[in-house]
Amino acid sequence: MAKSKNAQTSQAAAKRKLSEKQLHDMLYTMMLIRRFEEKALDLYSLGKVHGTMHLSIGQEATAVGASGALTQQDYLLNTHRGHGHCLAWGSQADLMMAEFMGKETGYCRGRGGSMHIANVDANNLGANGIVAGGLPISVGVGLSIRARNTEQVVMVVFGDGASNEGAFHESINMASIWNLPVIFLCENNQYAMSMPVEKSMNIDRISDRAAAYGIEGVTVDGNDVEAVYEAVHNARQRAVAGKGPTLIECNTYRYMGHSKSDRQAYRTRDEVKTWMDKDPIERLAGNLGMSKDDKDSLFKKAEAEIEKAVEFAEASPEPDVADIMEGVYA
Amino acid sequence: MPSANGTREITYVEAVREALTQSMQADERVFLIGEDIGVYGGAFGVSAGMHAQFGGERVIDTPISEAAIVGACVGAALTGMRPVGEIQFMDFITLGMEQLVLQAAKVRFMFGGKATVPMVLRTPGGSGTGAAAQHSESLETWFTHVPGLKVVMPSSPYDAKGLLMAAIQDENPVIFVEHKLLYKVSGPVPEEPYTIPLGEPNIVREGKHLTVVATSIMVQRAKQAAEELAKEGVEIEIVDPRTLNPFDDALMIQSVVKTGKALVVHEAVKTSGYGAELVSRIVESEAFDYLEAPVRRLAGLDIPIPYNRNLEYHAVPQVENIVAEARKLVRGDY
Repeated sequence: MAKSKNAQTSQAAAKRKLSEKQLHDMLYTMMLIRRFEEKALDLYSLGKVHGTMHLSIGQEATAVGASGALTQQDYLLNTHRGHGHCLAWGSQADLMMAEFMGKETGYCRGRGGSMHIANVDANNLGANGIVAGGLPISVGVGLSIRARNTEQVVMVVFGDGASNEGAFHESINMASIWNLPVIFLCENNQYAMSMPVEKSMNIDRISDRAAAYGIEGVTVDGNDVEAVYEAVHNARQRAVAGKGPTLIECNTYRYMGHSKSDRQAYRTRDEVKTWMDKDPIERLAGNLGMSKDDKDSLFKKAEAEIEKAVEFAEASPEPDVADIMEGVYA
Repeated sequence: MPSANGTREITYVEAVREALTQSMQADERVFLIGEDIGVYGGAFGVSAGMHAQFGGERVIDTPISEAAIVGACVGAALTGMRPVGEIQFMDFITLGMEQLVLQAAKVRFMFGGKATVPMVLRTPGGSGTGAAAQHSESLETWFTHVPGLKVVMPSSPYDAKGLLMAAIQDENPVIFVEHKLLYKVSGPVPEEPYTIPLGEPNIVREGKHLTVVATSIMVQRAKQAAEELAKEGVEIEIVDPRTLNPFDDALMIQSVVKTGKALVVHEAVKTSGYGAELVSRIVESEAFDYLEAPVRRLAGLDIPIPYNRNLEYHAVPQVENIVAEARKLVRGDY
């Protein structure tokens, strides 16, 4: 059994496994995520979407770095704050936006909404509205991969808050005793709604919990797309080599509130600003040596794609009430 | 002695095991997962010998982790397998409720009908074993209240085998509720594989004076009550829904139209029990116009199951209670 090993992988230490083209593509996806979510917020303000939404603005590097290290055959189990992971997985912005607006053309025919976007055909097994809800499911996907004897892995994404749920313990324990090909990706965005991590657990690193299961535990800078890529890439290699699951903690930060009801009384503007100074998009653009004009034009490209997505969604039909009973049973 | 078509007397527990075994032989996607189901053979011996036959990869012993057992079934089902999970006692399903109610039952609908969750969760319910309040629950009604789940409750060895094989082949999550006291009950069961469609009730006994709608072990008790009542010239008709949800109520309603009287019997506590659903379906139907007496419920008392043998006995309907209640309804003495 592997011993738990923790390493804060700094940007400098991250190996440059990615080509400039790959990094450029990753930057574009990060920009697309940001513009998607900003647009989602606009549409909400305009009353064009209802319900609520959980925005991941500020966390884009984690989503893009993680999915970038996996293959199209692998599986994703996503969280309620999952637009970024969904887009990073290769989902289409137009079908996502249509789902967001509750349209029949959306990924879930308007039945799921922001919190439940899935594309099972592409092995995206869905975002989950229950904190830690995806973790037990990941064990079953791992068992299924082993039974079918394929070289797939499953990545389950969850937040710092989920690591305090009982399901976290049951699931990682089970995956560890059977050496299942599961990557437990913890997005530590510092708050479970209003509860700060330092008040909700008696350890400094969530990855330290890996030691309790005898598996690899790694903490990385979640705003460093290359560091996230590296950690997930290594975890995938271990998983397909039969060396079992890995717990990866990505330290990051959400700029927006938990959801639409959040007045953010639990944190200071200074704290938010400190994290905005470590913005993952600015950072990658800087590493790539992009000029302001280059960056702006790439953002413009993302905006155009999002505009087209909104046009598609707005032109799409609402679900027919006559079909309301569909999908309860197969 | 097997008959010409291979039918012989086996117990309910053997019938469940045969359904599992034949399903696993027929479909390599089927596997079992649960606590102590391997070498131990399951707390009630349902999977005895199956670990030796199929190996630890298909008869998977787990730590005591009900949420992860249910979740493992959901994940495996979503990705092409046909898991059969075991929850050792129905009471422990409370520890896996989130995965069952918020995941298994909902993902298909939430994903716009684009996912399937073909899983079965088997669990023994019911009292009568002296195991007291935390090992004797009858919680089946909870699951009938969750769209997306199917709930099956076999009352005989024949039904246990056919319904379980159908449940494993079904594309939806199915809660399969066995009864601890039925495990040793014997009955005729064909050797060859067969299925009983989920949702179809069974007329267990024909009669003209009163319709008794009973579930699980109460079907057996109703049959015994019927023999007592027959001595007095009272012929009851027994309807077993077999599947609580979905439930095609046409046979039950026809029966009440014929008899004009109905008694609903289940072990679970009376308040908000499945009996309330059955009575509602009767009075909402054309049978209403044929009713000659109030439709009555005979159910468990609204208490946790007590430990003391005598108290436990009196906590749920017994044969004599069914006889007495049926007699009252037939005689108009209510």
